[in-house]
Amino acid sequence: MAIDREQLLHVAHLARLELRDDELERLGMQLNDIIDAVSKVSELDLSDVPPTSHPLDVVNVWAADEPRPCLTVEEALANAPEREGDYFKVPPGGAT
Amino acid sequence: MIDTLRLTAEEATRLLREREISSAELYAAYREAIDARDPELHCYLHVCDDDGGEGIPLAVKDVIGTKGIPTTAGSKILEGYLPVYDATVVERCKANGLRVLGKTNTDEFAMGSSTENSAYGPTRNPWNTSRVPGGSGGGSAAAVAAGLAPWALGSDTGGSIKQPAALCGNVGLRPTYGTVSRYGVVAFASSLDQVGPVARTVRDCALLYSILAGRDPCDSTTVDLPQPVALPERTDLTGVRVGVPVEFTDHEAIEPGVRDAVQAAIELARGLGAEVGECSLPRSLDYGLPCYYLIAPAEASSNLARYDGVRYGYRTANATDRLDMYKRTRDEGFGDEPKRRVLVGTYALSAGYYEAYYGQAQKVRTVLIREHAEAFERFDVLLTPTSPTVAFELGAKTADPIAMYLNDLLTIPSCMAGLPGLNVPAGLSDGLPVGVQLIGPQFSENTLFRVGHALETAIGFDPVPLPLRGGLLR
Repeated sequence: MAIDREQLLHVAHLARLELRDDELERLGMQLNDIIDAVSKVSELDLSDVPPTSHPLDVVNVWAADEPRPCLTVEEALANAPEREGDYFKVPPGGAT
Repeated sequence: MIDTLRLTAEEATRLLREREISSAELYAAYREAIDARDPELHCYLHVCDDDGGEGIPLAVKDVIGTKGIPTTAGSKILEGYLPVYDATVVERCKANGLRVLGKTNTDEFAMGSSTENSAYGPTRNPWNTSRVPGGSGGGSAAAVAAGLAPWALGSDTGGSIKQPAALCGNVGLRPTYGTVSRYGVVAFASSLDQVGPVARTVRDCALLYSILAGRDPCDSTTVDLPQPVALPERTDLTGVRVGVPVEFTDHEAIEPGVRDAVQAAIELARGLGAEVGECSLPRSLDYGLPCYYLIAPAEASSNLARYDGVRYGYRTANATDRLDMYKRTRDEGFGDEPKRRVLVGTYALSAGYYEAYYGQAQKVRTVLIREHAEAFERFDVLLTPTSPTVAFELGAKTADPIAMYLNDLLTIPSCMAGLPGLNVPAGLSDGLPVGVQLIGPQFSENTLFRVGHALETAIGFDPVPLPLRGGLLR
């Protein structure tokens, strides 16, 4: 078993997900199946192969440092679940 | 009378230009078709009212931002979200005489291959309504197939344009990575996502691609096309070298009916003058899926971090503090598939596991790129089945995530390599469409269009779903 309940809780915390008990059970099992399947990549000896992060290499894409119109404050706040003045309002406290 | 089941965008453009029909009449025809057939098919999450606008209607997959028009990405976490700007692709369409007809259904955050992961219910395949349309872009493909739009925008990360096109019997292009802007598109996996056209013919597909493609200053991963899009004319394949990767045609997951239809297309290509030969992409087939299902979820775990209930979308009513708000919002707002992928991705990127999983997958990606490049030294285009199976029954694979992932077996490898792929309908198997996938090197869309158009002409596939044939329907 690649990932036990403790590890799953840790990963869920990193992902900022509050998993219910039934989810811990069900998703935990599915996660293990998936991790098992994707671990297949370790079968290959790729010690001398460079990694690819971009399928199309574009280098030094510059933009002129010129001010342009952007979203107004009203537009930026238009979808706010809760707003106070020009701010997005959120509950206080609780680490990050 | 406008027959939306058969009207191509090219023909609609001509009719409008020569004033044989008006924009209002065109809109009304599609609206009537949607009112008649969409209650059963559920292709659309939102249909735009006639605002008196001009132009050819376009259906837009609901992961693409449309100003003032609800955009949900198929998720509850974005229920009610109204973008305050248009995605670049939408801007370009509007600037070229297109108008947004509506937003089409999608697997949540484009994660899936059946559209059953949509938080708003699945879309049904117009060829057989107890079957899936494919995914994640099932709404767009089904809408075009059922005459509910002349064409549509989709998005493809691991096959989400190509595979639904195969299952619904239409033409879908996954463009070369970097040729179409992702600005304003809900991000899933940034090194893989591409917006592309879904249409009834290869020419329509090429036409829509020409409107979308090209460098966007708002997306620094985009580039200009090295040559302009050429609408295909020729119907022969003289001088074209077509490679058939043996692993992609012989795999045990491929249904016999699919294999037969693809074999027939290969023979046709030969008959049209193509030089057809075999090639081998063993690593791509064996390691493509695990490579994708590490890289895509890893990138998704980063891209989905923004859904935290702070600035837009759903926010939980039950939070005790801010951290609790993030966690409950995300658990309540996301469906199972995004949760699975975010968890897999977070795990693969976490300390102690990064090198073994994500780092290794990035190297496998290089292997896939090299394998394809080698094949393209001998061939101009590769031809494979797009999907291992025809459309399957709703509910058949929802209990087993890995069984669902296998639908992408044949589309994923070229996506990982940043290569363009075109699905062209090849025939029917048990009354359900089969598509062939044409893969080319980067920037080879014109070759794909040429080959696709020649095959399409020779095959003579009728894209009207069997249940909808037999004259005009109200």
